[in-house]
Amino acid sequence: MNCYLCFSPIVPEVNWTNFLLPVIEKKICRTCEEELEELPAERCPMCSRPGEGLCGDCARWEETLPGVLDQNDSVFTYNAFAKELVAKWKYRGDYVALEALETFIKEKWNVLNRDDYLTVCVPLSSERERERGFNQSEKIIEMVGKEPAYLFKRIHGEKQSKRNRRARLEAENPFSVVKLVDQPVIIVDDIYTTGRTIRHMASLLKENGCPEVRSFTIFR
Amino acid sequence: MLSYFQRKKPQDFSWIPTNPVPHPYFDLAGKLLLQHEIPYSEKQMLTLVTKRILTKTESIEQHLFQKRCRRCGNTQAHLFAELPHTTCGKSCVYCRNCIQMGRVLECEPLYIGSANVQWPIYEAPCVWEGTLTPGQQRAADDLTALVQNCSGEHLIWAVCGAGKTEVLFPAITKALETGKRICLATPRTDVVRELQPRLQKAFPAVDTAALYGDSPDKNGQAPFVIATTHQLFRFAHAFDVLIIDEVDAFPFHNDPTLHFAAKRAAKREAAVIYLTATPRKEQKQRLRQKSLPVTFIPKRFHGHPLPVPVLKLTPMLHRSLNQGKLPQHLLKAIAAQQTTERQLLLFLPSIKKAEEIASFLEEEGYEVKSVHAEDHHRAEKIQSFRNKEYRILVTTTILERGVTFPSVDVYVIDAGHVVFDEAALVQISGRAGRSADDPDGEVRLYHIGKTDEMLDAVEAIKKMNKLGQKL
Ligand SMILES: [Zn+2]
Ligand SMILES: [Zn+2]
Ligand SMILES: [Zn+2]
Ligand SMILES: [Zn+2]
Repeated sequence: MNCYLCFSPIVPEVNWTNFLLPVIEKKICRTCEEELEELPAERCPMCSRPGEGLCGDCARWEETLPGVLDQNDSVFTYNAFAKELVAKWKYRGDYVALEALETFIKEKWNVLNRDDYLTVCVPLSSERERERGFNQSEKIIEMVGKEPAYLFKRIHGEKQSKRNRRARLEAENPFSVVKLVDQPVIIVDDIYTTGRTIRHMASLLKENGCPEVRSFTIFR
Repeated sequence: MLSYFQRKKPQDFSWIPTNPVPHPYFDLAGKLLLQHEIPYSEKQMLTLVTKRILTKTESIEQHLFQKRCRRCGNTQAHLFAELPHTTCGKSCVYCRNCIQMGRVLECEPLYIGSANVQWPIYEAPCVWEGTLTPGQQRAADDLTALVQNCSGEHLIWAVCGAGKTEVLFPAITKALETGKRICLATPRTDVVRELQPRLQKAFPAVDTAALYGDSPDKNGQAPFVIATTHQLFRFAHAFDVLIIDEVDAFPFHNDPTLHFAAKRAAKREAAVIYLTATPRKEQKQRLRQKSLPVTFIPKRFHGHPLPVPVLKLTPMLHRSLNQGKLPQHLLKAIAAQQTTERQLLLFLPSIKKAEEIASFLEEEGYEVKSVHAEDHHRAEKIQSFRNKEYRILVTTTILERGVTFPSVDVYVIDAGHVVFDEAALVQISGRAGRSADDPDGEVRLYHIGKTDEMLDAVEAIKKMNKLGQKL
């Protein structure tokens, strides 16, 4: 077995506590695992950003789009290693690289206990989808064992990273609703950065009578 | 197991057209590209394919027991994966090994550009005015003959500081005078960046291109290409002369896909030149079997022998290193060294240790910096050390090759560590005594017990010096 991230061979650890148990196939090596950083206990109650109290981004959002997002939960911090991982997986399109994190993602999902929520997929622009060949949000939803719900489409596909932070916060809603729901939902994506994507989706859902909108991302 | 299959299934390049058609598209010559890497519209591409200037080819070969990526030669099962591909609606295999350079998917073809273009013929392109030592001249003559015949392989085994770049000049001149295309491939980006201006200065009228991971030039549309070995993934039967620098170095050594790429990048009839200061087992074996012609250059360009490392047994070394310190007597040795003119190059086995020892020495009051592979300020730190802006540079094996400083002593701390193999120790020792003004330099290996690697390195250096004396 080789590490799904760095390709180096993984030597299974056998010790006195596990030598009788069946070997669990690991998809991540020790070195890579140590680079992953769990979110600290002290974080924004709304978006999970590390730090004390409600973060600045959330405070601003609560002025422009108040009360749309109930809570965001994430698995790891978006550190330098995570950035490299996302670049490999999403931008270079190494589809299976995410499997290195599968056990951690599932574990967090099970602890959160959100199986009753409708898992909502974030749509890609058609050119993006063609370039990448897959949708990252769909992949994560499948990973936690749920069916993706397609409630949105993109109005115009522009690259987020090309615009500055402020402009991003204030930009118009890039989504439109294609299907209405009246049950609690959880939007699933790879990263929560400024919250633009998720909050715009959440505002449309709430406007159309959705009672509760949460989100789940791998990185924050 | 793997090598068994590879031996059964030899590298097969029959998918590259044997009679490439002549054309004027220099940017496509000898290229192996994905559709999105081709700077022409789909309509233009169609015409180019009809004219056989571009040839469409399968990107991933499917054999009975294995797959092979035609771009990088990867055959390892765990480096292939499947993706539910929205574009074609199927589950598609892609290669994980070369994904850094853009994803190769089985449903998307690779395009081979015909290498049959007429590169310019340069008259007397070399303006370098230095003279070669007799040892360098012999090697240069052998290479010129090889380039003239345009077929075969040759190894130049030259000690660190022999001036191997200059040895190449006559052969490069010959190639450029006859309209041939040359590629000099080297494992590291730093070296490409350092070599290209030097070569451009020696061949000012010649169009050169520098290619590496994030190089501004992506195209490499030149008769003389200086590239990292990984860039060979984008060439197919492109070069008449292929020079592979540091054949013994990681990643070229140990990575079968780079050997595959090198073989494919050279034309069917090509002169292939290997350069090394520290040949590995594979090369030594081929030398013994006489299947690889070789020229030795056992003497440095300034004529002085290589500094022979001195082994220093230091029993308490690990205890001190674990506390992020150096033992007292080593600290004293450094203090004594620092009273001399020479700067000090300290090698440590890991990034962490290098950083710890650098901050320890800083606390002790020395002007010191550390540099390692993931350091973004690497180039600046190296340059300021060269400018003598500080006295001690603490580093890991990344500085073992290529990078030179005029006047340094070299200490290896924990020389028995696995990262310091024979080749690494010979290369590290070769950092000392590089300039004619200060041809000596002290090399010390601090260890807790001699290893074969240390003894082999010392023996190899002594042997080279002996051969050098005979000349
Ligand atoms: Zn790993
Ligand atoms: Zn927040
Ligand atoms: Zn490949
Ligand atoms: Zn496909």
